Amino acid sequence: MLEEEKYNKLKDIIKIYLPEDVTVTDVEQNSHFMNDLNINSANLVDIVLDVEDAFDIRLENDDMDQMQTVNDAMAIIDTKLKSK
Amino acid sequence: MSRRVVITGLGVCAPNGVGLTDFTQSLLEGKSGIRHQPILEKLGFGCQIAGEPLVKDNLIDNYFTPLERRGLNATGIVYGVIAGVDAWKDAGLEKNETEEPSWDRGILFGTGILGVDKFREAIHLIDEGNVRRLGSTSVIQTMASGISAYLGGLLGCGNQVTTNSAACTTGTEGIIMAYDRISQGKAEIILTGSCSDSGPYVWGGFDAMRILPRAYNDNPSQASRPMSASACGFIPGSGAGALVLESLESAQKRGAHIYAEVLGGEINSGGQLGEGSMTAPNSIAVQRCIRNSILNSGIEASEVDVINGHLTATAKDVLEIENWSIALNRSGKDFPYINSFKGSIGHCLAAAGSIESVATILQFQEKVVFKNVNCADIHTQIQSLISENCIPLKTMNHIPKIIAKASFGFGDVNACVIFKAYSE
Repeated sequence: MLEEEKYNKLKDIIKIYLPEDVTVTDVEQNSHFMNDLNINSANLVDIVLDVEDAFDIRLENDDMDQMQTVNDAMAIIDTKLKSK
Repeated sequence: MSRRVVITGLGVCAPNGVGLTDFTQSLLEGKSGIRHQPILEKLGFGCQIAGEPLVKDNLIDNYFTPLERRGLNATGIVYGVIAGVDAWKDAGLEKNETEEPSWDRGILFGTGILGVDKFREAIHLIDEGNVRRLGSTSVIQTMASGISAYLGGLLGCGNQVTTNSAACTTGTEGIIMAYDRISQGKAEIILTGSCSDSGPYVWGGFDAMRILPRAYNDNPSQASRPMSASACGFIPGSGAGALVLESLESAQKRGAHIYAEVLGGEINSGGQLGEGSMTAPNSIAVQRCIRNSILNSGIEASEVDVINGHLTATAKDVLEIENWSIALNRSGKDFPYINSFKGSIGHCLAAAGSIESVATILQFQEKVVFKNVNCADIHTQIQSLISENCIPLKTMNHIPKIIAKASFGFGDVNACVIFKAYSE
């Protein structure tokens, strides 16, 4: 899977969780889910599940703790896809 | 401190009508919302029919954001939010768009059990060792107070936001609790109501108790027969009703439309003593509840001109009529008009009291007493207590003055509320 394709797939997932005052164009590689995109911690749990479904991978508790930014998520998805 | 309390908004999501317009029309015509349920047939239920609101998918989009709709699997929340938000708008109230909670506005919205389908989802995941896959909405959709929490957040209320639960009295109890709080000056506006989920997991327990009709699976609209000689059990239903109760001062200040006044009510229990049990009412308590509701409302029993009973279409209907007759000390032709909406709606369980109260209030607006259906063969024991003329078989023109509405529920609990046509 191309990086671009992965990134767009991830953005599609994030889109629905953005609060009213944040738009999808605000999402950048280094955006922090909670601090920059104002996504609440409960919804971060759902983003993890959506990522699992979309990429057919499984994230462990440690992965979830480390997934703070869009970049973190990309890196975790990469690692998981490679070890599949 | 005792202030006058009025009703300024109504909303409903009922088996025979979603929204006030459709619901009113159905009540005028006695149109049934009881339908065959393929899922109940598939699962081998004895009673394969039920009253379930028909909520169109695109209607749900008007009430829930795409994010809220994801994984939404709690019909009670859908019904409750539709009825609740509609009632709020009907009262001419807006969502709170400020940063400050509306301190004098609250939510008192009951249920019996919430989000059973969501809970089933969770149970399967947990039993598979997959608790991590529950997501973030499992709790908020299955906690009983999920419905008041949803509404409280949608409307930005800052007064008491809670959920009451008292089986089939839930909705009527909520109105009295809201009345008490407003009349005591603790709140100005309370959105009250109740909701009940649809589906086999809610209705199954009643089927297992063998208290639901089994002979009407091919003839659903005839199945629920309150007060009739051929009554053979209640038909389960689901949905939600909602009412905005408000201090008269607040309603006048806003120039709000007033449907009716709440004069007062009474809530009690028979303690499951005497003839009372978990599932049967103690008549002493029922009569006391009705009598005290009259007393608390500062009226005479003779002033009640319409009753909306609990009347579920079981053998207990006779006993209920007897209890009303004793409590009001009125019988024969002197008895008020009485109706039950369960003939067309079914018994919406925790939502029954609120849906039926909305219907009851609409009678003031429409200047009618809505018809009873499926009781052309009035039970002979009922006929020996009250005149058959008291049981309208057609919607009749009548300007109601004072309507008593009661609900009785499992656990031997009772609630009776008194509504009055509004006049300054």
